[in-house]
Amino acid sequence: MKPAAMRLEDIEVRHADKTILRVPHLSVEKGEVLTLIGPNGAGKSTLLQVLGLLQTPSRGNVYFGGERVTGSSDLVALRRRLALIFQEPLLFRGTVLENVTLGLRLRKVPQNEIRERAELWLAKLNIAHLAKRSVAKLSVGEAQRVNLARSMVLNPEVFLLDEPFASLDPPAHDSMVEELQNILGETKTTVIFATHNRTEAQSFGDRLAVMIDGQIVQIAPPGRVFSHPANRDVANFLGLGTIAGGRVLNSTNGTSNVAIAGHQITVDGKYRPGEELLLYISPEDITVLLPESSSNLTAETNVIGGTVSTVTPIETQFKIIVDCGFAVTVVLSKRSFLDLSLAKGKKVLLALEPGAVHIIPNRHGQKS
Amino acid sequence: MDLIWQGFVEASRLLVTGDAQVLTIVGLSLRVSLTATLASLILGVPTGIALGLSRFRGRRFIVSLVNVGMGLPPVVVGLMVAIMLWRSGPFGFLGIMYSPLAIIIAQTFIAFPIVTALTLATIQQLNPKIRLQILALGASKWQMFWILVGEAKLAILAATIAGFGAVISEVGASMMVGGNILGQTRVLTTATVMETGKGNFEVALALSTILFALAYSVTLALTLIQQRERPL
Repeated sequence: MKPAAMRLEDIEVRHADKTILRVPHLSVEKGEVLTLIGPNGAGKSTLLQVLGLLQTPSRGNVYFGGERVTGSSDLVALRRRLALIFQEPLLFRGTVLENVTLGLRLRKVPQNEIRERAELWLAKLNIAHLAKRSVAKLSVGEAQRVNLARSMVLNPEVFLLDEPFASLDPPAHDSMVEELQNILGETKTTVIFATHNRTEAQSFGDRLAVMIDGQIVQIAPPGRVFSHPANRDVANFLGLGTIAGGRVLNSTNGTSNVAIAGHQITVDGKYRPGEELLLYISPEDITVLLPESSSNLTAETNVIGGTVSTVTPIETQFKIIVDCGFAVTVVLSKRSFLDLSLAKGKKVLLALEPGAVHIIPNRHGQKS
Repeated sequence: MDLIWQGFVEASRLLVTGDAQVLTIVGLSLRVSLTATLASLILGVPTGIALGLSRFRGRRFIVSLVNVGMGLPPVVVGLMVAIMLWRSGPFGFLGIMYSPLAIIIAQTFIAFPIVTALTLATIQQLNPKIRLQILALGASKWQMFWILVGEAKLAILAATIAGFGAVISEVGASMMVGGNILGQTRVLTTATVMETGKGNFEVALALSTILFALAYSVTLALTLIQQRERPL
């Protein structure tokens, strides 16, 4: 196991008697990219500010490179090993070059080294031609590139990003995400990246932490979080999947049969007959079939019938909602969608393997 | 109209002939008001930045005092400073009553709230996260102060213009703590009041014209520096 770049123990941040962040334990490995996702007000920014040593927690300890840094008398020196950028570029009056070199000048780095490092990062972020331009004359995308260059030029041990691409329009957003991924791949910097964008969350990090109400409620590789949300809140926030309640009918050989809105489906795991379960199904685990083509399915595969009720194009895919007595969300490629000639009102069959049905732990004990 | 014209002619004559008395008064006026403006900047800019960044109980009350201070009548400031500096006052032992230093102190009290309030207003207009961004870039508190001064420099120049304008033109405080002593504490405004009282309207108008030209020249210089900077 790699050593931790940063570690939090028993962290709590309170404002006016209200706990806005509670993290019993969080460890970020050197070179890891950890993505934080959660709704507004979930505590992502507060967590980043605690990690960035910009906010002193009400309780608990922050460890940086194995050293306890909470209450350190030399926070400036510690902060100089980190970098943090916000959603807004927050550039200072002056030229692009003046902004990019600011952190180096604050560190009193020798002039020739400042020039070399600035040239390198201006080129890497494709803004060398803007070096002498006033920041007042930059587009939002250019300004965010300057912001990134201003931080990357510092060679931070840990790079904290607070929704850095949220204000960019789609083409600028996509190219920035791609470039940042490439840069981080090269530099192997430890990154903690907050976002509320599900696509970024799926594609960006080694691990994804879902934050709700000031707490990390799940932390796992992104694929795992999206296919196996830890609870209903996570599933609801991640949004795309289907959440439905069912009742266990019987259980044999490590699988259970569950009644759900008049259908019977098989799920992995042994559950008590009569037990109420909350099921989560990822859209990509569902295969859409036309009624006449279901003959080549295995006996174990669950097949439920329904009617297409909504069709929504999403970039190169289609999201369809099938009414099976409960709403099931499916995402299809454009090609599959056209091959199946799907349209609102069309009858379809949905096939899913028992292993694709995830049972959500119902932490609030709610019956669905 | 004749009187105004004669005043203008007399002002030109006094300046061109290099009237020693007038030059002394002009020199003292400039020295006193520029020093007071500088002192108010040294005190007011950090105070404005600190008030703009901090949150503490009673902050709004202090801000309201600063805002009230912008409209403080010079004569009231003069009276308060005079009470402090009189021989029997708490700072009487300094023996600076009726000296240029006493005028500088009074004028600093007049300009300080103006500089503080304008700096505060600018800092409050900045993105609240800018302080965090500066610290995240590795700035010490002192470095953060200078970066914020850089961000607020247009407003600080405006504050300088307003502060200098207020103190070069005030008469009440200068009269009260300076005493209008020829060669020692007589400044353009107190001299103008005195000449008017004596019925020497031509000289009073000449002094007023010089005062206006002086105030305009300094303000113009500051304005040119301010306008050279493009706002973000």
